[in-house]
Amino acid sequence: MSSGIPVAPVPVAPAAPRASQNVPRRFSRRRFARRAVVNLVGALVFLVMIFPVYWMVATGFKRGQDIFSDPPVWFPYHPTLANFTDAIHRAHFWADVKNSLIIVGVVVGLSLVLAFLAALALAKFRFYGRRAFIVLIIAVQMIPLNALIIPIFLLLSKANQVDKLSGVIITYLTFVLPFTIWTLRGFMLGVPKDLEEASMVDGTTRFGAFVRILLPLVGPGLVATSIFAFIQAWNEYIMAYVLLHSPEKQTLTLWLATFSTSRGTAWGSLMAGATLTALPVVIFFVAVQRKIAFGLTAGAVRG
Amino acid sequence: MSSRFPAAVAEPSLAARRRRPLSGRLGSRSAPYLLVLPATAVIGAVLGYPLYYMVRLSLQHYGLFQLVKHKGEWIGTRNYSQIFHDAVFWHVVLRTLGFTVAAVSLTMVLGTLIALLLAELGPKMRLLLTAGLVFVWATPVVVAVDIWRWMVDYEFGVLNWLLTFLHVGNYNHHDWFVNPWSGWAVITALVVWGAIPFVAITVFAGLTQVPRDLVEAASMDGAHPWRAFRDVTVPLLKPIFVILTSLSIIWDFQVFTQVWVMLDGHPGTDYYVMSVYAYTNSFGESEYGLGSAIALVMVAILLVVSFFYIRQMVRIGEAE
Repeated sequence: MSSGIPVAPVPVAPAAPRASQNVPRRFSRRRFARRAVVNLVGALVFLVMIFPVYWMVATGFKRGQDIFSDPPVWFPYHPTLANFTDAIHRAHFWADVKNSLIIVGVVVGLSLVLAFLAALALAKFRFYGRRAFIVLIIAVQMIPLNALIIPIFLLLSKANQVDKLSGVIITYLTFVLPFTIWTLRGFMLGVPKDLEEASMVDGTTRFGAFVRILLPLVGPGLVATSIFAFIQAWNEYIMAYVLLHSPEKQTLTLWLATFSTSRGTAWGSLMAGATLTALPVVIFFVAVQRKIAFGLTAGAVRG
Repeated sequence: MSSRFPAAVAEPSLAARRRRPLSGRLGSRSAPYLLVLPATAVIGAVLGYPLYYMVRLSLQHYGLFQLVKHKGEWIGTRNYSQIFHDAVFWHVVLRTLGFTVAAVSLTMVLGTLIALLLAELGPKMRLLLTAGLVFVWATPVVVAVDIWRWMVDYEFGVLNWLLTFLHVGNYNHHDWFVNPWSGWAVITALVVWGAIPFVAITVFAGLTQVPRDLVEAASMDGAHPWRAFRDVTVPLLKPIFVILTSLSIIWDFQVFTQVWVMLDGHPGTDYYVMSVYAYTNSFGESEYGLGSAIALVMVAILLVVSFFYIRQMVRIGEAE
C-alpha cells in the first residue's frame, strides 16, 4: 500500500454548519474586499489542485497534433475518442479489467463478512481482551506493507501462489481487512442503543433486534465501507507488481505500464487509459466521501 | 465507554440474568470471542506470520540458491552488520528522512492553510474547492504518477512550458530527473499534491467542531486572530494534528510507487529510499535476507511514530 490512500478510522455524520453563517453580515466595503480576495485565493487553489486531473482528461480527448504541441493546446477543441478506442483495444485490457474485478470482489466480500462479525463484537460486547484487540487492529494498519512484500513473496512462492490471483487476494487481505473492521465498528457504534433496546423490551430476541434494527441502520455503513475497501484494493500497485508477472494475469494499475516502451510513451492513450482506470474509483469515492471523510474528527475535538 | 449490553459484560447479576435470554441467541460469554476469532485468525495468517518470517529472513542468507530450495541459511546478525557498515545504506536513510520531513511539513502546512481557507470561503466557493480536493484525493496513486510524468515530459510537458513562459527559467527540453534535486522536487510535489486533500478536509472538519464562542471570546479579549488560532484552535485540534502528522510520516517514509513508476522502474541510486533499497536488494540482487534486514530497520523506525498515533487513537476510542 502506498501513501495517499484514504484511511479514516472513525465514521461520523458530517459536521454541523458553522454558527457564523447565521450571523447577519454587514457588507462594509472592507469586508467586501476581503471577501473578494478570499474567493480569489480559493479559485486559484482550486485551479492548481484540479489542473493535473483536468490535464489527464483533456489529453485523453485530444487529437495527436494537439497533444504534442508547443505551446500547449489548453482545451480539446477537436475532441476525439481515438485515444480511448486505442486504450481499450490494447492487449489484455479486458483480461486485466476482469482480474481487477475478481481480486477486488473476492477481497471485499471476504473482508466484509469477517469484519462484520469482529466489528459486531467490538461495538456491542464488552469482553476481556477487547482493548487489546482494538490496539491490534490499529497497530497492524501501521505496518509498512512495502516492507512486508519480501516475506509475502517468498511465502507465496513456497506455496506456489505467485502469478496467481489467489495469491494476490490473500495478500490484499493484509490491508483491507483491518481497515474494514475498524470502519465498520465505527458505523455500528453510531447506531443508537435506545432503538435496539426498545425493540428488545418489546420482546424481540436479540437476533430479531439485530435483523430488524441493526442491519438496516448499518446498511449504509456496510456500503460505504465496502466501497472504500474496493478503492484500496483497486488502486494497489506494489503487491500486484511483485506477484503477477504474466500480462494476462495482471491488474489495471499494472496494465497502465504497458503504454511506456523503450521507444517512448503513448501519452494520449495512456491518459485515456488512466482516465478509465480512475473513473470507477472517482465515482465511488465521490459517492461515499462525506460518510467517512469527517471520520477522524469523531470525538477528537473536545471544546 | 459505557457498555451497550450489560448482559454481555461479566458476572451475571440479577438484572443481567433477567436479560440473559436476550443475549443468549448470539451465544453467551463466548460470543464475542467467536465473533472476533475468524478475523484474528486471518490477520495472524496474512500479517503476523509474514512479519515473523521477515524477522527470520533478516537473520539468514537467502539468495537465488536458497530461493530454489525454499530454505535459508542461518548467518546470525551478519546482514545487519553489513548494512550498518554500508555507506549507501546511511545515505538512503538520510535521504528518506529528508524527503519525509520535507513532504510531511509541506503537506501539513499547506493542508492546514487550505482548511482555514475553506472556513473563510462562501458556501458556493467552498463547495467548488471541496469538490476539487475530493477529485484529487480519489485519483489512484499510479494514475497520479502517470499524470505528473506527462506534465513534466521532456518535450511536451505542460509544466516545462508554463515555467518557461513565466520566466522562471528555460525548461524547454528539460529532463527533471538528471539532477536528483529537481527530480526529488517533482516527486515531492506529486506526493504533497496527492496528500493535501485528506489533510485539508480532515482539518476543516475539525475546525467546524471548534466551539465558535471560544474563539470569539479570545478575540473579544483583544487577541490577534493569529494568537487566537495558535492559543485556542491549535490546542483543541491537537489530536487531529497528531493523527494526521503520524499518518503522513508513515505513508511518506515508506514511499515506493511514486518513485518507482515515475522513474519507469529503473531509479538511479540517487533515487533510492528505504523501500526502494529493500526492494532492489531483494528482487533485483536476489538478496532476500539483506532486503528483509533493511525493511525491518524501516519498520523499527516507523514503530516509534506509530506509537504516538496508536496512543492518540486509543485515547479517542476511550472517549466514545
